[in-house]
Amino acid sequence: MNTKELCGVANAKLDAFVTWTALDRSNLSDGRKLAVNYFIVAVILFFAQLLFGMIAATQFIFPSFLYGWLDFSVNRMVHINAMVVWMLYGFIGCTYWLLEDESQTEIVGLKYGKLAFWVLTIAVAVVVLVYLFIQIGAGNDTTLWLINEGREYIEAPRWADIGIVAVVLTFFYNVVATFSKGKWSGIAGVLTLDLVALAGLYLAGMFYMTNITHEQFWWWWVIHLWVEATWEVLVGVIMAWSLMKLLGVRRKIVTTWLYIEVALMFGSGILGLGHHYFWIGTPEYWLTIGGFFSALEPIPLVAMVVHAMYDAGSHSFKNSNHPAVAWIIAQAFGNFFGAGVWGFMHTLPQINLYTHGTQWSASHGHLAFFGAYATINIAFFYLAIQHWRGDVWMSGNAQNAWRWKWALGLLNVGVVGMTIALLIAGYEQSFIERAVEGSTWSGYFSAQNHPSFQSAMVWRWFFGLMTFAGLILLIWDLLTIGKGETRKMAFVETE
Amino acid sequence: MNEENPLWASESFWKKVAIWVTAGSFLILVVLTFDSLSQTEVGGKRVQAYSVINKKIDYVYKEDLHKFMPVIGETELLFGKEFTEEEAEKLVTLGKKTTQAKNCMNCHTLLGNGAYFAPDLTKAWLDKGWLSKELREDLMIKFLLDPENNARTFGSNRKMPNLHITPDEAKGVVAFLKWMSSIDTNGFPYNFKTIYATEE
Repeated sequence: MNTKELCGVANAKLDAFVTWTALDRSNLSDGRKLAVNYFIVAVILFFAQLLFGMIAATQFIFPSFLYGWLDFSVNRMVHINAMVVWMLYGFIGCTYWLLEDESQTEIVGLKYGKLAFWVLTIAVAVVVLVYLFIQIGAGNDTTLWLINEGREYIEAPRWADIGIVAVVLTFFYNVVATFSKGKWSGIAGVLTLDLVALAGLYLAGMFYMTNITHEQFWWWWVIHLWVEATWEVLVGVIMAWSLMKLLGVRRKIVTTWLYIEVALMFGSGILGLGHHYFWIGTPEYWLTIGGFFSALEPIPLVAMVVHAMYDAGSHSFKNSNHPAVAWIIAQAFGNFFGAGVWGFMHTLPQINLYTHGTQWSASHGHLAFFGAYATINIAFFYLAIQHWRGDVWMSGNAQNAWRWKWALGLLNVGVVGMTIALLIAGYEQSFIERAVEGSTWSGYFSAQNHPSFQSAMVWRWFFGLMTFAGLILLIWDLLTIGKGETRKMAFVETE
Repeated sequence: MNEENPLWASESFWKKVAIWVTAGSFLILVVLTFDSLSQTEVGGKRVQAYSVINKKIDYVYKEDLHKFMPVIGETELLFGKEFTEEEAEKLVTLGKKTTQAKNCMNCHTLLGNGAYFAPDLTKAWLDKGWLSKELREDLMIKFLLDPENNARTFGSNRKMPNLHITPDEAKGVVAFLKWMSSIDTNGFPYNFKTIYATEE
């Protein structure tokens, strides 16, 4: 079979797949077509995140698995990068999705937005291929520019950094120009200022420094102020808009809540950055400042739980999209437990001295990223798919509802299971490696070789597999939910 | 403001609070950032000059401070050579770039940050796993150049892959690790017994 025939077969298969999904793009406005493009890539990257996470988890149990071909460092890098990028794709998609509705006008400069999507997607594909097939380079600037910057979470080489900034600026132009042409609102204002901060912070991570204390100082500006400040506020915006659409909550209520959340989130999160400055060479006052403000970080997350649950309860859970509301509730609790409780448990310096750099962080990371960010994106995927299907019925006694319920269950139980397994490993590591053996290399390996650590890694693997199964079911459900459904959704009335 | 709409439920009040709290927090962060960056310049008290690689570095418990602190001692040359500040900076820079180019951080932690598949490198230079200060340099270089055949798995079966590090890069990495071990990390890691503590 030559290339031409191969392309023909691939095209035919793709057409058959599209026909099978029976999703009609004419149900979507142009802005929302762009949003679903972002969602599709997000789901593909979500799959990649879990696939490479499973390989890395396997290597904890069988270190020789794929040794020399796909080493742990490569798998772990793809695992965490795919996660960061799919969540960003999800957020950008959510923003394009709500933009026209919120501004009540068409997206300004949409063709640039479309171009930016393809530029970003091709860049992501190239970066991943280079990660997988070239992996590492010589210790010079060429490697940092073309292959890998070797800095956890923001490994993307410098050329890609510049591309990302260009794409984000285009996205930002779409958002601001659209609101300016249409209508501004409280949600629009918070969204715009948050995007300025989100894009501006990325610049702090684009420089090489030999002084590792300075390097990690700025590196945390990007990572922390994204994940524990600007992303949280972005989720607040998406949540606010979703609660209006799903439950019919009054705009004035969600907007007021949003301002309260911004005050609490930035009031605790900006100086909460200090909990990353305990041990990297920075002055001692960070122990106090970081400890104090990061101890406050759970408060806005409690507020979000109250907000979501109160609104859902006061509307008697009457809504037009059960899977989306279920995932929003999962978000409220997941964010509170994963980011709030799990973060708080090891954030005070007196404890962090022993837990820093152990599986504690992995435990917190898994529940927090899933609970705070995966969930809200999944909720939005359900909102999008409902509209894409032509606003069909997706509430009680919907067809094949077992699929979304099982996907919800498997994903949540899987991630919670991994979190607990990693927490046990983290406790053991803090105790044996850090407290008893004083963090020497032999102390590190005593902890890694301990039966309770090793069994925790096996548990983590099985719960990882459960999570993976949940994702496959979720993808199947997203592709099929509402297919053949003839009843129209019940539109909620705004108070 | 009225009874129907008290201050605590007022949209405009919370909008102002959000703006002031955000702006205030950010301003404090900017001020602290300037201070932290100046206190952690290379050559200061917390982050040593690169030429510290010419000295003996130890890490000991200070009773009065209740924490472990790096201690800079007498001359203890690296690779039998005394480096000027510029030469030392060049070598440490090569080492730092090598650790980034080889993606060390996605198995190891540096200053406790990174992945948890391999040991922390913060005080790797001082680790008693290098047996003695006489053997240390040679063992580190051999390990970096051919980790598979000089594997240090401590019974874990986890081996560092061959990352095709050149002899110059290996020297750079060792210099970088020695320099990093001299950073004042507020007592992290706690209770760490150095190669010198073991020898004495």
